Amino acid sequence: MLKIAYQSFSSRLFLGSGKYGSSQEMYDSIIASGTEMVTVALKRIDTDTPGDELLEALKKANVKLWPNTSGVRNAKEAVFAAQLAREALETNWLKLEIHPDPRYLMPDPIETLKATEELAKLGFIVLPYIHADPVLCKRLEDAGTAAVMPLGSPIGSNKGLKTEDFLEIIIEQSKVPVIVDAGIGAPSHAAKAMEMGADAVLVNTAIASSKDTLKMGNAFKNAVVAGRMAFEAGLSKTSKEAKATSPLTGFLNV
Amino acid sequence: MNFKNIFDTYNWDEQKASIYSKSTRDVEAALNTHKRTPEDFKALISPAAVPYLEEMARVSHELTKKRFGKTIQMYAPMYLSNECNNICTYCGFSLDNKVKRKTLTDTEILKEVEFIKQQGFNHILLVTGEANHTVHLPYFKRAIELIRSHFANISIEVQPLETNEYKELHEAGVYSVLVYQETYHKEVYKQYHPKGKKSNFDYRLETPDRIGRSGIHKIGLGVLLGLEDWRIDSFFCALHLDYLQKNYWQTKYSVSFPRMRPAEGIIEPNVIVTDKELVQLLCAYRLFSEDVELSVSTRESEHLRNNIIPLGVTSMSAGSKTNPGGYAVEPESLEQFEISDERSVEEISQLIKRSGYEPVYKDWEKTF
Repeated sequence: MLKIAYQSFSSRLFLGSGKYGSSQEMYDSIIASGTEMVTVALKRIDTDTPGDELLEALKKANVKLWPNTSGVRNAKEAVFAAQLAREALETNWLKLEIHPDPRYLMPDPIETLKATEELAKLGFIVLPYIHADPVLCKRLEDAGTAAVMPLGSPIGSNKGLKTEDFLEIIIEQSKVPVIVDAGIGAPSHAAKAMEMGADAVLVNTAIASSKDTLKMGNAFKNAVVAGRMAFEAGLSKTSKEAKATSPLTGFLNV
Repeated sequence: MNFKNIFDTYNWDEQKASIYSKSTRDVEAALNTHKRTPEDFKALISPAAVPYLEEMARVSHELTKKRFGKTIQMYAPMYLSNECNNICTYCGFSLDNKVKRKTLTDTEILKEVEFIKQQGFNHILLVTGEANHTVHLPYFKRAIELIRSHFANISIEVQPLETNEYKELHEAGVYSVLVYQETYHKEVYKQYHPKGKKSNFDYRLETPDRIGRSGIHKIGLGVLLGLEDWRIDSFFCALHLDYLQKNYWQTKYSVSFPRMRPAEGIIEPNVIVTDKELVQLLCAYRLFSEDVELSVSTRESEHLRNNIIPLGVTSMSAGSKTNPGGYAVEPESLEQFEISDERSVEEISQLIKRSGYEPVYKDWEKTF
């Protein structure tokens, strides 16, 4: 079972709540995916008006609400947003996103590290969205992060695990759960991440932009389960070359 | 460095010739690449691209869905003043239009705010003419102070200001600034703007640079369609966007493509931009920039707005008034132009939902 901070999850699939054509579509895909935690942008929630549609749909789905700081540009803004989110949604869990670049939404490693240090001290369960940078992951562990969330490829790109080689290193070295965030565009990408030993994946665009969000939610659910099972079963090593009939060390057996 | 340095190396007539000589092959090349250059943009807005409109629309739809999802952001304009010291021959607020002027007082602002909030809006666009002695930085700051707690996101469309003034407005809570060049044809610009501070073409051209340097989150660009050949004007707008994105990489951008609308005392459009051409332009912008926000206001007809939602649009206004006090205080004051789509906010909301999209009323946090 996956454990992040003090909490256990039976599903290793996390979802985003943006880009859906309606709250109903979002609700359907959440239920179909079996996810237990969904991230929601603080900026999308109207806390002034009771009955915010997005929030109501998430509550109805009975998932853990996981606020994110989308929109902030530096550590100071992120810490402020985190405090607002804690108050508004009554949770100390936080998906830390600091992307000062609105075009490709590339995470700022320096500000993210600073914010993680500060937020951990303030008692937040911090899960930061970062580039697939193994050194940054170790630095974040030292700063008190609850997990790391490296990207597979640019957010919303659906390009899959372009950072595969770096994800491997991160997974190998990490003492905290590794959640592959961003870029997962197909169930096969999610399965691949799980086969590699990632602890979980976060998916949004691939489900929200599909024609049938319910079916796609279900497809990802199965892919994540299959990928995890394969990892636990131990994949047989692939070999690019055929086994030589006269091995180099064959003479030793003579 | 600012955009003028780049702009001055271009010649209108050469660009016109270049756009009109684009071939089928150029269009196909532009369609088949995924990182598109200003040259590709020229091909996509050229007459040669007209037979490819359906394909452009399909690509635009897919790119927009991937980036923005199936959502449309909703906003309402709120006119604070129609006082203006400029003569702009296409605008209802033009100085030579001898009609009583109005600038909203504190109480009036709050009355309008109450009405707009009741409609469900959380993103607001404040609009004025250019009357630097009465509607100036202190006035804007006061207005923003009054409305800030009521709206998640505040944009302004006012006279061009200085960088330090934009900084002050940013600190006061302004999220984005819209400033349209109207036309990038320098000589023609002079004819449309014979008097007032706005007649200074270069000062306006350099405004987005000043906004970029101020740390404002988003800059809105555009040309007024109807003044000059839309193809050349839109190319310069795309070039401007391209320059700004490279130089102010932390800023978001939006583009509008307003067509001239009837207003009191104004001239007839010099060029008519058809619905088909407008759609071509919209799709070309999306293919050129996957992340630029594209806005369609109530200037456009019901028919167009009923059908344009899946083609690449990311934000829409509804139930708009273009006169100060138009919502609740003084419905009959001088308006900037006549809107076309007069349907209510609820009707537009339903329209968006029927199209399979979610109308988003809040996508920012006022405390950010």
